[in-house]
Amino acid sequence: MTTLEKPVSDLQVPDDIQPNIFITTLDKIYNWSRRSSCWPMMFGLACCAIEMICTAASRYDLARFGMEVMRPSARQADLMIVSGTVTKKMVPQIVRLYNQMPEPKYVLAMGACASGGGPFKEGYNVVSGVDKYVPVDVYVPGCPPTPQALLHGLITLQRKIDQQSIRNVPWYQPGASEPIPVPILGPDIIDPRQAPLLRDRAARGLSNSLTVADRVKE
Amino acid sequence: MTAAPAVEKAEVKPDEEFPGIAAPDTRKGYGGYLVAPEHLVEVVTKLRDEAGYNYLSSATAVDYLEEGKLEMVYHLYRITGGPALVVKAQTPRDKAVLPSLVPLFPGADLQEREAWDLYGIRFTGHPNLKRILLWEGFWGHPMRKDWKEPYFEEETKPFDSRWPGGAVFRSEQHNPFGHNVKYPDGFTLEGWTPEADKALYAGLGTVTDVNAGSLKTDQIVVNLGPQHPSTHGVFRIAATLDGETIVDLEPVMGYLHRNHEQIGERNTFLQNIPFTDRLDYLSSMSNNLGYALAVEKLMNVKPPERAEYIRVIMVEMTRIANHLWAIGFLLNDLGAFFTPALYAIQERELILDVFEATAGSRMMCNYMRFGGVARDLPDGIEARLNELAFERLPRKVDELDAYLTNNEIIRSRCIGVGVLPAEQAIAYSTAGPVLRASGVPYDVRRADPYSIYDRFDWNVAVRYNGDVYDRYLIRLDEIRESIKIVQQALRDLPGGEIQTGKPQYQVRVPAGEAYGRVDNPKGELGFYVISTGKPNPYRYHVRAPSFINLTPFGEMCKGHKVADVVVILGSIDIVLGETDR
Repeated sequence: MTTLEKPVSDLQVPDDIQPNIFITTLDKIYNWSRRSSCWPMMFGLACCAIEMICTAASRYDLARFGMEVMRPSARQADLMIVSGTVTKKMVPQIVRLYNQMPEPKYVLAMGACASGGGPFKEGYNVVSGVDKYVPVDVYVPGCPPTPQALLHGLITLQRKIDQQSIRNVPWYQPGASEPIPVPILGPDIIDPRQAPLLRDRAARGLSNSLTVADRVKE
Repeated sequence: MTAAPAVEKAEVKPDEEFPGIAAPDTRKGYGGYLVAPEHLVEVVTKLRDEAGYNYLSSATAVDYLEEGKLEMVYHLYRITGGPALVVKAQTPRDKAVLPSLVPLFPGADLQEREAWDLYGIRFTGHPNLKRILLWEGFWGHPMRKDWKEPYFEEETKPFDSRWPGGAVFRSEQHNPFGHNVKYPDGFTLEGWTPEADKALYAGLGTVTDVNAGSLKTDQIVVNLGPQHPSTHGVFRIAATLDGETIVDLEPVMGYLHRNHEQIGERNTFLQNIPFTDRLDYLSSMSNNLGYALAVEKLMNVKPPERAEYIRVIMVEMTRIANHLWAIGFLLNDLGAFFTPALYAIQERELILDVFEATAGSRMMCNYMRFGGVARDLPDGIEARLNELAFERLPRKVDELDAYLTNNEIIRSRCIGVGVLPAEQAIAYSTAGPVLRASGVPYDVRRADPYSIYDRFDWNVAVRYNGDVYDRYLIRLDEIRESIKIVQQALRDLPGGEIQTGKPQYQVRVPAGEAYGRVDNPKGELGFYVISTGKPNPYRYHVRAPSFINLTPFGEMCKGHKVADVVVILGSIDIVLGETDR
């Protein structure tokens, strides 16, 4: 915020409160209040959740950023910290939770697993990154990221919030925002957005489980 | 606890007692006895009732693809201590059926469900044979050797395919869906009906209300989790409620099933060490030790003295850190929101500093190696350990004790809640603090000693009531015992080498099987490793204490209120990385 150097002449501000008045833009005050009370959802997936709790504890003290209020309900949360490996069995719930969060909402992918599958990427029950299903704002590398790294990620998120403007943020655009289709647990996880591709492959009689060599050929 | 049987012998030879039914396993490097499947129940009953092998530590499956057989391996122990008796039963792969051991050992329940889920062995007589880590409707049994994951590249690491022709290879670029998925050929969304949770809800017990007079009441099914602040991760509880009382309860898991075992079988032996860190991510040092012990058994190496002492110091520090965390979060579950946890985390941070200085990482230490440890203690860390072990930690444990133990609310919420009697604790194969709080002084460090625990003066902590309060108290006791061990180890810490032989990336592991077990902070952690002499383990199984300790969870909760469920769960102290693997 910029401090006011000269009082605005036609406002008629009394002399004694002149040093207490600040002028800023609406965007700045709006973003400042949002970035300073970005409540994360109380939602731990795996190892990274332990470091997330340590970040919230006294040594690293998340409260300095106004983020210590972890909400168990998605309806009250602004920020989803995806702290750990996203498995196929869990991803429908994650998408559902994301859909339940009110706008404005942010997603922070904490650690290698949430960012791209990490050491478990090759596993048959592991999703290679939560960004395959929900949009991610900040990626924090590490396995698990240290509390300092998570704090850096959260500061990066605050910088991102600072740059947003009321004029073009998606949640003030006309029309309701569309929920993300919830994946279905079938013979494997099914992303409803891939249904046309699935139909197309079935119609053309293409195999759905190929060896690497077959895939390269196809 | 159950009295030791009168006929206890030094060693039992099932092949002599059951000629024609049980035969010694003569494969190279293998031990134990192969039992004909149709006589399995009979043999195990006799071993349990007459020879005193009343503790089923681990039950797991192995796929011998070339022989066309699936094998179940049971590790039986005497609760009074001593080595294992290994019993095996084989069944053809295409029609895999074995008798269930649940009627004998309820502790086999979840483990047999896991074998069904991952290997497709049907257990006749199992009361609740559903998938456990994956979901109903999943295509195939993924741990079978001929089942290939969607991102399959090669059978074993190191993969040649990662950098073909000078360009990086990414599995998703070559998957037809760009995701980590595969479907049966010709699969259509229209021709398929989802199974969802029908089987789960159908399996939950209900009771008819005998007192239903004029006021008719319904029982409802309530789900806690997988996103719930008190389930310690992505754990789900499906419960039938009558008012606020639990009628039936079933743990639902697999939301963090990261395919540890399958990845472990693709990895080289050494590559698995960092993966063991991520099992019970609160006590990575002890996980390392368990795995290192199993492989060292196969390789027949022993770490040098200094490494043994460093191992013990690190593992016991891990136990202290883990129990502090467990106590802090048990109090959280009791409603003392975060204040006790902050006290506990504060001390844990100091221990993590030691790990970070020694191993390079706070949580994922990746510190033990086969025949030693990765690095020596850095300068100045001994002084810090001394300060912690002799001065700070004993004082802080007393402080926690003074603040919490006699608190009126804690006493009234914990005493008499979630009681697990000794007989049941043994039958359900529980381990660690859960077993010892029920009055069974069974600690692998004493009962089947490993490393150098026989050199220290310490007591096996034991409590007798088996309720939540005792499970809280026993963790305080164990912290105190661990401090004692660390103090002695620091006092006697010798100089010298920290690694037998040269550190190697590729270790030569002779063919055979080994079961290495350690007393992890959560309970008995076992690693069942089979080597065929190749650089990768043929079978790599983790006997996860948090997973098996959950078997009696439903029984412990029945009749209690909903609010007690989270407390009972907190007192078992599970970690989902290990439960689901």
